[in-house]
Amino acid sequence: MTSLGADTRATEGPIVADKNCEKIHHITESIRCCGAGTAADTEFTTALISSNMELHALSTGSKPRVVTAMTMLKQMLFRYQGQVGAALVLGGVDATGPHLFTIHPHGSTDKLPYVTMGSGSLAAMAVFESGWRANMEREDALNLVKAAISAGIFNDLGSGSNIDACIITASHTEMLRNVEMPNMRVQKERKYAFRRGTTAWKTENVRDLVVNEQITFVGGDAMDTT
Amino acid sequence: MDHFPTNWGRPRNDAYDAYGTYPIAQRPYNGPKDAFADGIQRTQQPIVTGTSVLAIKFKDGIMMAADNLASYGSLARFKDIQRLQAVGAHTVIGAGGDMSDFQYIQAMLDELIIDEFTAQDGHTLGPAEIHEYLAQIMYARRSKMNPLWNAILVGGVKDGKRFLSFVDLLGTTYSASTLATGYGAHIAQPLLRTAVEGKEDILTEDDALKILEQSMKVLYYRDARSIDKYQVATITAEGTSISETRRLETSWSFAEGIRGYGAQTQ
Repeated sequence: MTSLGADTRATEGPIVADKNCEKIHHITESIRCCGAGTAADTEFTTALISSNMELHALSTGSKPRVVTAMTMLKQMLFRYQGQVGAALVLGGVDATGPHLFTIHPHGSTDKLPYVTMGSGSLAAMAVFESGWRANMEREDALNLVKAAISAGIFNDLGSGSNIDACIITASHTEMLRNVEMPNMRVQKERKYAFRRGTTAWKTENVRDLVVNEQITFVGGDAMDTT
Repeated sequence: MDHFPTNWGRPRNDAYDAYGTYPIAQRPYNGPKDAFADGIQRTQQPIVTGTSVLAIKFKDGIMMAADNLASYGSLARFKDIQRLQAVGAHTVIGAGGDMSDFQYIQAMLDELIIDEFTAQDGHTLGPAEIHEYLAQIMYARRSKMNPLWNAILVGGVKDGKRFLSFVDLLGTTYSASTLATGYGAHIAQPLLRTAVEGKEDILTEDDALKILEQSMKVLYYRDARSIDKYQVATITAEGTSISETRRLETSWSFAEGIRGYGAQTQ
């Protein structure tokens, strides 16, 4: 079993650009990748490798392996000599068992039982070093991951908002989006919407943009809307 | 790797040229400088340094911890120095940063305590006074662009009141129930805060010791300029005491079964 966790803050310098972003990216059904660093780089890199992993799985006919994703990621990142600022925590379960890797922007990888990346990594690693044991049960593992992300959220300015988690087992992957929300906004004291008629208007003109619509089915089958 | 024998064994400036890549003619000169070459010397860089100091408030007073290492860059040069110092009967200070500046501060504070003792006016200097004295000095030196390159924690108990404050080379002062300098601020502070905040009046001396020991262990794992020998200072209404050197019990077999760094299986 592999458990992954992440906070949900995306920053643009000192500004919080996204208060609730998703940092746990899908690689395959049983493999997920947490991305720290440049958001665009983590998004596009994980999406590319996810796509290539699906093609690879179809090509080989086997269930995709974590080392495959790791190798694809590290070879790409090394090729770009660190210019792609993606610091990734890759975890998953495949036919050979559970695996956890960390991939740095320059392309180096580490295989470890517990890893942290990002600006909150020191705070999170402190929690891991205090609390990690071998062969933890699902509940203990999840609590440890949540405590580590919490440490990052409350002690690091680059992390914040909510906690996302993901538990991957041989049979099943559970995405726990916003499993904890320790930074909810207080309820607003009043309703601040403006009443209708606040802005005076003189004339009203409603135009329907759809003047004439005619649907013709081509090919005999109904439209494929997947 | 430094390829140039003329640089081996000499003080090195990693910020400029960690791998000896400058051509010989342009290599920065790291040797002894003539003291009067630039007129008066001011801003420096710390040379022999101590790493984090941690401190927490507990039920009966303050507990502070610091390891016994003074590093010379990446060399673990002095492995049995004491970075915690008792000042008078009520206070302990702990310092990270440049050790020569700390020794100067220690001499200054010794003089201060002696003067206070000889005054015999019925008053003694408590932690608040020591902290204020240090803060004034640190800020004054910073304003002359000649700082004492330290981060200092001042802790003590006087008249039943616990005091714990921080002062650094810029003259920044800060007070809280958990404090940490250096790497401790990034690594240990999250642990200290979770363990102590809200429980300052409940934690016993044993609890406090366990918390600090755990934090020192994590720091030894994750700070590359630390060692596993440390001391703990305890200040209560009864007085100050600095412990003997303690050794950390660490475990390095966590990744026993792992081979390689990626695709390797054997």
